[in-house]
Amino acid sequence: MLKKVRLMLAFLISTQLVGCANLGVQPWERDLLAKEEMALDSEGIDLGLDDHIYFSKEATSGGRAFAGGGCGCN
Amino acid sequence: MQLTSKSNVTGKTKKVTNVNSALAAATCVLLGTTPVVQADEAVWEMDTALLYYGETDRITAVEGVFSAKKDFGDEHIFSGKIILDALTGASASGAVSQPSAQTYTRPSGKGQYVIDAGEIPLDDTFRDTRVQLEAQWTQPLWDDMRGSAGVHLSKEYDYLSIAVNGSLAKDFNQKNTTVSAGLSLAFDTIDPEGGLPVAFSEMVIDQGQFANEQAYQAAFDATRQTGTDDKSIVDLMFGVTQIINRRMLMQFNYGYSTSDGYHTDPFKVLSVVNDQGLTQSLVHEGRPTERTRQSFYWQTKYALDSGVADISYRYATDDWDINSHTIDSRLRFNLSGNTYIQPHFRYYQQGAAEFYQPFLLEGSTLPAFASADYRLGEMTAYTLGLKYGMKMPSGNEWAFRLEYYQQDPKNAGFDEPGALQQLDLYPSVKAVIAQVSYSF
Repeated sequence: MLKKVRLMLAFLISTQLVGCANLGVQPWERDLLAKEEMALDSEGIDLGLDDHIYFSKEATSGGRAFAGGGCGCN
Repeated sequence: MQLTSKSNVTGKTKKVTNVNSALAAATCVLLGTTPVVQADEAVWEMDTALLYYGETDRITAVEGVFSAKKDFGDEHIFSGKIILDALTGASASGAVSQPSAQTYTRPSGKGQYVIDAGEIPLDDTFRDTRVQLEAQWTQPLWDDMRGSAGVHLSKEYDYLSIAVNGSLAKDFNQKNTTVSAGLSLAFDTIDPEGGLPVAFSEMVIDQGQFANEQAYQAAFDATRQTGTDDKSIVDLMFGVTQIINRRMLMQFNYGYSTSDGYHTDPFKVLSVVNDQGLTQSLVHEGRPTERTRQSFYWQTKYALDSGVADISYRYATDDWDINSHTIDSRLRFNLSGNTYIQPHFRYYQQGAAEFYQPFLLEGSTLPAFASADYRLGEMTAYTLGLKYGMKMPSGNEWAFRLEYYQQDPKNAGFDEPGALQQLDLYPSVKAVIAQVSYSF
């Protein structure tokens, strides 16, 4: 299972990187991407609160941002 | 608590339109004059939120967030955040339920609590207040390169965490590709009421066997280490953000984190049971002093005609043998020009840590490390939620979020002797999350 996931990830990442030259938009095609809700951190407050909840209740943290320190002793 | 740093280096600045300023500037341009006051003066963007998190019969938390951000010109951005939270309620101690009532000593050593027959042992002494402060500065450096640096501080009654972070991001390919690298260093100190327990020391329970209070206190103190303990964490993160086409962008992150020091939860215990499944004693848990974690994170955002689809997947693995998969999705549907609804679905699955054990068997050799904390055991969890947001004519925004979160711990293949077969050792945890946000 682990091997499969790793292979799949490696494939996905490599195809994305190789394809970079053909990907993307011209500056005048950024109308939709420039929308507030398309920013990766458009819901920063919600994401931060969620990270804190799941950090305290689950064994995994980080990924989107640094895993960081903290207690989570509850 | 947890310290996180949002991806400032790849995030975009929210535009707050000041109509009056814009009109004034436009008028000046038309008239060919120079405005007296800088018309496009940057404003502080404030985000506030109040969150309620409530588990059935367990923890309740209320958390308030105040965040402020300002572009001082040419993308020299400061952001700061203050978080306050209050926590009360009961938490699973790690002990197994029993066919008869059980008496436990509180972690502070002062007082006892009794758990009824058949009930999962919950330690009801949790009461804590926490304050967290964050500050981050981001600015362009050279050649499409941006730098960001920040500090984090979190303090609760028995825990202190201090962290610094720095990251660099560079744009390529007409800003369609952004590559970033970041480093975070954190240092935590723990000093719980009643001291830190010695791993695998037996919980001292006063059942009248002590001649006096001093004798009890001496026995209790013998289960405690002297002084505080600490942990240091080094996080590395490498990311690529790629614009795919006019509607879609993707992000990939690889995270590597290593921590060294005290990882044990001082409030957790393990039941030592006999071959009938009956508890003979309780011992304090002990975890390894090192942990190395890796995460692979992929996120994509897709602009729909009237909304946004946001889907992410994370695979995480570590040298405690905990592997997890997380799928998170948010689908925003714009109801009108200034209102939207956003369903949220998250699914999480983790395997058990190699040293996780729901209980210890009497007479067996003590392992080097052991924990019965269900959060290190096998489990699945899901979150279902709905958010409603509305932008006021002033540009300020209200949002309301209501979610349901359920954890379903599972037996990771442990045989249950005698009485334990009739008891629920892996009860579900159910929680409601409610949040009100206001941005201005």
